[in-house]
Amino acid sequence: MQLATQPKPAGLAGNTEFLRKVYQAMLRARILENKMSSLYKAGKIVGGVYLGRGQEAVSAGLGASLVKGKDFFAPLIRDQAGRTAFGEPLLDCTRTYLGSVLGPTRGRDGNVHRGRPKEGMPTMISHLGVQLSVVAGMLFAKRLQGTLGDRVGATCLGDGATSTGSFHEGLNFAAVERLPFVLVVTNNQYAYSTPNTSQFACADLVEKARGYGVGGLSVDGTDFLATVSVVGEAVRRARAGEGPQLVVAHVLRLSGHGEHDDASYVPQEMRSSHCGRDCMDVARTQLLELGAVTADEIAGWEEQYAEEVQQAVAQAQQEPQPDPDTEDWMAVSTHFPAR
Amino acid sequence: MSVTYIDAIREAQLKLLQDDPRVFIYGQDISTFGGAFKATKGLADLFPGRVADSPISEDAMVGMAVGAAIEGMRPIIEMQFADFSSVAFNQIVNQAGTHYYRTGVPMPITIRMPSGGTAGSGPFHSQSMEGVYAQYPGLVVLTPATVSDAYHMLIDGVALDDPVIYCEHKYLYRWLKAESMAGERLPIGKARIARPGRHATVVAYSAMVHESVRAAEDLRNEGWEVEVVDLRSVKPLDTETVLESVARTGRLLAVGESFPWGGATAEVVSRVVQDGFHLLDAPPMRINARDTPVPYHPKLWSAHRPGQDLIRETLRQLLVY
Repeated sequence: MQLATQPKPAGLAGNTEFLRKVYQAMLRARILENKMSSLYKAGKIVGGVYLGRGQEAVSAGLGASLVKGKDFFAPLIRDQAGRTAFGEPLLDCTRTYLGSVLGPTRGRDGNVHRGRPKEGMPTMISHLGVQLSVVAGMLFAKRLQGTLGDRVGATCLGDGATSTGSFHEGLNFAAVERLPFVLVVTNNQYAYSTPNTSQFACADLVEKARGYGVGGLSVDGTDFLATVSVVGEAVRRARAGEGPQLVVAHVLRLSGHGEHDDASYVPQEMRSSHCGRDCMDVARTQLLELGAVTADEIAGWEEQYAEEVQQAVAQAQQEPQPDPDTEDWMAVSTHFPAR
Repeated sequence: MSVTYIDAIREAQLKLLQDDPRVFIYGQDISTFGGAFKATKGLADLFPGRVADSPISEDAMVGMAVGAAIEGMRPIIEMQFADFSSVAFNQIVNQAGTHYYRTGVPMPITIRMPSGGTAGSGPFHSQSMEGVYAQYPGLVVLTPATVSDAYHMLIDGVALDDPVIYCEHKYLYRWLKAESMAGERLPIGKARIARPGRHATVVAYSAMVHESVRAAEDLRNEGWEVEVVDLRSVKPLDTETVLESVARTGRLLAVGESFPWGGATAEVVSRVVQDGFHLLDAPPMRINARDTPVPYHPKLWSAHRPGQDLIRETLRQLLVY
């Protein structure tokens, strides 16, 4: 097991196209989430808004390493960038946050609880850790069907979710069955307001990999190139039949738990420390240094994505909301004569 | 040749594995060992890879089934005891039970729950969970009382596109025998008149059907004809058949083995009072287990659980009210 991986993006620096794709997803997600935050503060969104600010690199790195239509991806609360990189349309987000009946949850669930289960992206529930076994079950099914191939299933968690029983049961199950499974834990230092010191006692969460008998990789999640490289390596290993992989990325959550939360419990020293760096800034600098993008290109993308986001918001706002009178109120698909 | 209730469950699973390549069974000790109650005896050899042992991880077992169902399978999960499903409660009610409503994608999983008390089994191997699961939206809760129902309702349950909680009663496993598994095959959601009568209606399900029928037989010599309705499924609940019976008898006793606060019997009484108050000639009555954990000692256990004697004596009060 590899406990620490130095930011040596072997081969990645040459893969300009891939790096640009990851960065584009990060940028799209950041612009989209900034808009959701504004709409929330303007009172246009009912319920919570939860951002992935500061963890776009690890999330998009994972989403871009997966192949839509083949791989499985169960994003969690802070994975807008991963969703976008995996291919989720912006409209799925705006429709869900704004309550359009045309969105994937049709107003029945909100914000980050959306997905496309039949397109390889199961929906999250609020209870943490439970998606591990769901993704593992999707892979188990494909193996039973004889169509597993080089498919990979991945899901994401935060540091807090590693304390749940579901985390343990799910990772152990994936390990016992030696499934092509990738778990990305983004340690953003806080689970809502609870710091790492009250959440776990090991030095680095990646140490848990040894206990479960899975591969483990740890990375500075603010370092764009290192993070994309490490997450890609974990996916490669799982795809190559090396069994489940646990990646731990270290960042700071650059927002509150939700937009209702000012995160005043995060000390200023931590905000100004290394882990408080914004991976968006690091990515931009690294890509410019590599010559993979130009400042003008980034400015153009920013303009383009802002326009796309605006359109996705405007469209969702014009669409019908759910109607309790025409809602079928059916929790099961079978129409029984009795209820 | 006679067939037991547990034979019927094994035979149903054999047929399901034979007929439908989407079906597989997953649970603790169910592969070559054949399960704690031998409900999967020999099936792992016949269907390699499709009858698989799980770690002791009820949460992951159900989460796995949810993922497999999304990918087109029809998993059957064997809980070793219904009691242990509490560990999987979150996955059952929040993941599986909400899935269709939230996403529009059906969730065809079946969770077999060896339920109910047997002498000496104690607080953690005796529970009846049907009321707990019926309370949540999105789950179908089956409670077969006969060998034929044990067979057909498992097959019909697995065919449903929804999560099914299949409560199989451990007391009936080897005690209940029939000449064959063939029998009247009613659709899920339809109750059955287990014993016709005209003086009072007992609504029961699972093992309590047999206790109720015996209590009714005891009263026959005294001239009372008590009707026993076997609900077969507590969700959906066939209110119509219950009301039709109460319309004939004017008296209702609901009997269930689970704890007394709420649950299936309270639901039956509540529905009859709401929709059939005018049919009642006496206040409706309920019998459940006592409001303590299920005790270990056979003397305590048989006084904790509703049985033939308690049902008979309760009926005496109801009949002369």
